[in-house]
Formats: sequence, C-alpha cells, structure tokens
Amino acid sequence: MKKAPTVITGTVGSDVHVIGTKVLSRALRDAGFNVVALGMQVSPEEFIKVAQETNADAILMSSLYGMADLDLQGFNEKRLEAGLGDVLLYIGGILGLGRHDFKEDEAKFKKLGFDRVYPPDVDLNVAINDLKNDLKAKGKM
Amino acid sequence: MDSIRLFIDFGSTYTKVVAIDLDKEEILSTARVPSTVETDITLALDEALRQIADSSGIGSLEKKEALACSSAAGGLRMVCSGFVPDFTSKAAKHAALGAGAKVIGCYSYKLTEQEIKAIEAAAPDIVLIAGGTDGGDEQVIIHNARMFSRASRAISNIIVAGNKATYDEIRSLFRDNGKNVIFTSNVMPEIGVLDVAPCNREIRELFMRNIIEAKGIARAKSIIKDVIMPTPSAVLEAAKLVADGYDGVGGLGELIVIDPGGATTDVHSIAHGHPSRGDTLAVGLPEPYQKRTVEGDLGMKYNTDTLLELIKGRETPPNFTSIVEGFHEGKLPETEEEFACHQLLSSIMVRVAMDRHAGKIEVIYTPTGEKLVQHGKDLTGIRTVIGTGGPIVFSSNPRQVLEAALFREEDAFSLKPRNPRFYLDEHYIFYAVGLLSQVEPKKALNIAKKYLKQI
Repeated sequence: MKKAPTVITGTVGSDVHVIGTKVLSRALRDAGFNVVALGMQVSPEEFIKVAQETNADAILMSSLYGMADLDLQGFNEKRLEAGLGDVLLYIGGILGLGRHDFKEDEAKFKKLGFDRVYPPDVDLNVAINDLKNDLKAKGKM
Repeated sequence: MDSIRLFIDFGSTYTKVVAIDLDKEEILSTARVPSTVETDITLALDEALRQIADSSGIGSLEKKEALACSSAAGGLRMVCSGFVPDFTSKAAKHAALGAGAKVIGCYSYKLTEQEIKAIEAAAPDIVLIAGGTDGGDEQVIIHNARMFSRASRAISNIIVAGNKATYDEIRSLFRDNGKNVIFTSNVMPEIGVLDVAPCNREIRELFMRNIIEAKGIARAKSIIKDVIMPTPSAVLEAAKLVADGYDGVGGLGELIVIDPGGATTDVHSIAHGHPSRGDTLAVGLPEPYQKRTVEGDLGMKYNTDTLLELIKGRETPPNFTSIVEGFHEGKLPETEEEFACHQLLSSIMVRVAMDRHAGKIEVIYTPTGEKLVQHGKDLTGIRTVIGTGGPIVFSSNPRQVLEAALFREEDAFSLKPRNPRFYLDEHYIFYAVGLLSQVEPKKALNIAKKYLKQI
C-alpha cells in the first residue's frame, strides 16, 4: 500500500482569487491525497521549491484572472531544471481574457508544459479521477 | 553574602565578570581581563575573580555557583546543510544562528566530494543536516548523511533535523562509525513552518557537553559551576526577556539589540515583523520571532579593511587610515581624533549590520500592475533599540552610533526602525542578564530594566 500522493495547490501569479483553489484542496483531501495548499498569489518559483522539498507528485494550479499564461512563461524550463520533470502539472480556471474558445486555452497551456487543462466549470470529480489515473499510470498510486 | 551571584563571559578578547546582589537587584562590581584561552582559560578568570573579590568580598561559595557563557576559541562554529536554499538550508541557518553559533558554511542540494573536503578542512564544531519537509523529499538528506558518515574525524558532531521519515535509514548509516549523531525535530516540518526551538536546545546541550571540553573552556568548571551557552545565546535570551517580560512584570515590547564587537557585529530582533502596510505581501520562509544575524566581516579589530572599504567616498578626519591601523592592532581610542574615527567606524558597522538584518520591500511587476512584496521582517514600527558591545558602550556618543540603525528615506526599501527610543547597556551586563534569566528570570528582568539607560 503506497503512501498517499502529495499534491500542491494554489492560485498562480498575482491572482488573489482563492475560492477555487480552496474548494479543490478540500475535494482532494476528501479523496485521500496529502495536500499542500499554498493559497493565493503563489509565484511559479514557489511552486517549484515547494515541490522539491515535499517531493510532490502533482501540482494543481488555479487561475481566475485570465493572465496565467503571462505568469507561466518559461515555467516548464524552470521546473525541468529543478528536476521536476516527473511531476504532473494541471491548471484550471479562467485562463484567457474576453470571450474565447476553451480549446485555445487548452492548446496554449499544453504548450507551456501542462499535462491537463480544465475550464472553470469542470466537475472536480472528473479532474480528481484524471489525477488518480495519471498517477496510477506512473506507478505512484 | 549568599545572595550574590557571579556571571562570566569568556569573550574572544576579554574575560568579563559581573557580581550581582540578587536581593537588592544591584550590580556590585565588574571586571574585565584580557582572555587567556590560548594557554589556560582559568588564568584570566582567576585574575578577574580576584578583582571582584577585592571590591565585593565574594568567596569560593559564590564562585562555585557562577555561570558563564563563552565565545572564546572561535566561538561555536557550525556548518549547515539543507535542500532548497530558500527553504531548509535557510531554516537550518536560522536554527544555528539562533543557538548562538557562527555559521561558517551553509550548503544546499546534494553535497559533492569537494564540498565535503572543504567542510572537513573547516573542521566545524557541529554539522547541522536538514532537508525535506516531514514526509517530503528523502533523497537529498540521505545522500548528505551518507557523505558525512564517510567523512574524516574533522566532522564528529552531527545534528540531524530534517525529514523524519529518513531517520531510520540515516541511523543505520552512522551505526558503529564513531561519530556523535543526534536526531531532533525537523527545522522545517511543513512548508511555511519554522520550528527551530528543539534544534536550538540540542545545539546548546552539545555545546555544554562536548564543545567546551574540546576547546579547553571546560577547565573553568574546576572553579565555577558551568559554561551554559555561547555568548550570543546569552544576549538573545536577555533580549527575549526584556521584550516579552516575565510572570506579570512587563517587558519593553518588540525590540532590536545591536552588538558590535572586535570580530563581528550581531543584531537580534525580537519581533514578528509582519508587513505594516496592508498592500504588502510577505513572501518566503517566515523568519523567527527571535532572529539573530551575525556579520562576520564587521569587526572593529579584525575587519578594519572591510570597514575602510565601506567608508570609501565619505568624508573622513585627517590621519584616519593610520588611526584605524591602530584599532586593528588592538589599540583603544584615547585622543579626541581617535574617538571621532572610532565613532565613524562604529556607525558604519551598525548601519550595514542593520541593513542586512532588516527585511526588504521589493516591487514586482505583474499583469495587474505593480505589487509590493516583503522579504524578511518589517521592523519599521519597532519602538526600542538597545545598544551593547564595546564599540557602543565605550563610545563617546553612543546615541549617534545607534542612530545609524534608523530608517532612511533614501533607502526606503530597507525596513529599519523609523522612530525608536534608544537604550544603552551602560554597564555591559546584557550577557549576565541572559545567564541569570536561566535561573531567576524575574530578577534578571528587573535588573535589566533598572540598568538599561535611555539615551
């Protein structure tokens, strides 16, 4: 029986929205994950350092102010340099400004290194199931 | 007569003794003799005690109860090793500094053979190993523990204060290997949580049991009761007591103690340091409520070259360089000119040390505009600054030297105190207050408040 996987949550960049990440953190804890909840205004560098010290299996970022792509330019390179190539990266929320197609957001963030991208109205159970499956595939669950 | 207690500081330059009447809460006498730790620490101690006995009539009974602190023979020299620099390496460093140590090296990530060799060459008194939150990363701390287990005898005292999940494996690495290894709580058990108190206790214990023996300081125990902590710990204990008060006797509230000396300048802040502006976000590892920094390059005697470098470009009195040469050789100021130069150097030491200790504001540019973030402690609201240490206590204008610690508009990002009251440890007894606080905290507090002079 492997120990509970460690996941990091938080709202990235200078975004102060906190409800989404709180609801997600609660759902993850209920599902048996060890959650390191960093709250709001978490810099990309902080996600990386925390992932290193806690030996995290996944990082689940939230963003609601539509500018996460600016915050996350170069993030993938930084996390690879930090030895975190094996950590799952998820992001969810309002990931662009104005009316647009979610598919654009998805493509954009996959290019930035994210494994999965979710719209703001996602059913968290879907995301958590994806997480379980992805971790199982990596032998971490 | 048996209400008299003696307190001793085995300093790097001087052995100091103070005799305190505990009933009257009064200082009876003080003595200061050049240190003899190189040959036999008890020589200077005996001389100092003789001087005290001449003026206060103390006998062997009082000597037997005397408590001491020490920064002699290089002080308590430690090397820290952690994982991420901003997290466990920094936490380990805080733990070491808070225990009164001199951190001679601080390493991050997995150590290399070369780094181990450098640490062996430095021969630290204690090595502190941290890394990983509890249940977090295991690889780095285990790798480093393995490297240290194979190191030479130059590394013989090790304290492990990292991810507790690794302790069984680390214990087996050190089995039967002759090194003295102590396990304690993780200095950073979770992200954003600093827990250095258990580690501080182990460091102090180890200092009392082993380190003073190795440095020939334990020999003093033939005369006095015990050497119970490094001198900077005594100053930190005093600072905490004076700030927080004890058992109904009020303290002065959050404060800063500045302690320049011959080899280093120490700054202690007893303060939470939360942002004073609502729009500022505190980032990074939280700093300890009792925070100590040591500037090893700001000593009046040993680092005159550094100080001269820092003064470059400012107006200096005539003969400045030659007078400073004299300080480097151990000369004390006598003429008015020499006092002026001494004043200038002391001010620089205080200003730079305070700059390095205080928190900083950083402006970051985000998609939503400029944001202010704070690294370290906001000390702008501190209302009490205490000066101790030779360069301040024996200065011709202590207040002027301490004012170098103030907030300056030209350097508004450095969160130094804006409008504090200044106090002077006039009789140079702060270390004694710290030692006494371990046995009679209320009396120690009363004595501190009595003898701290507002300037």
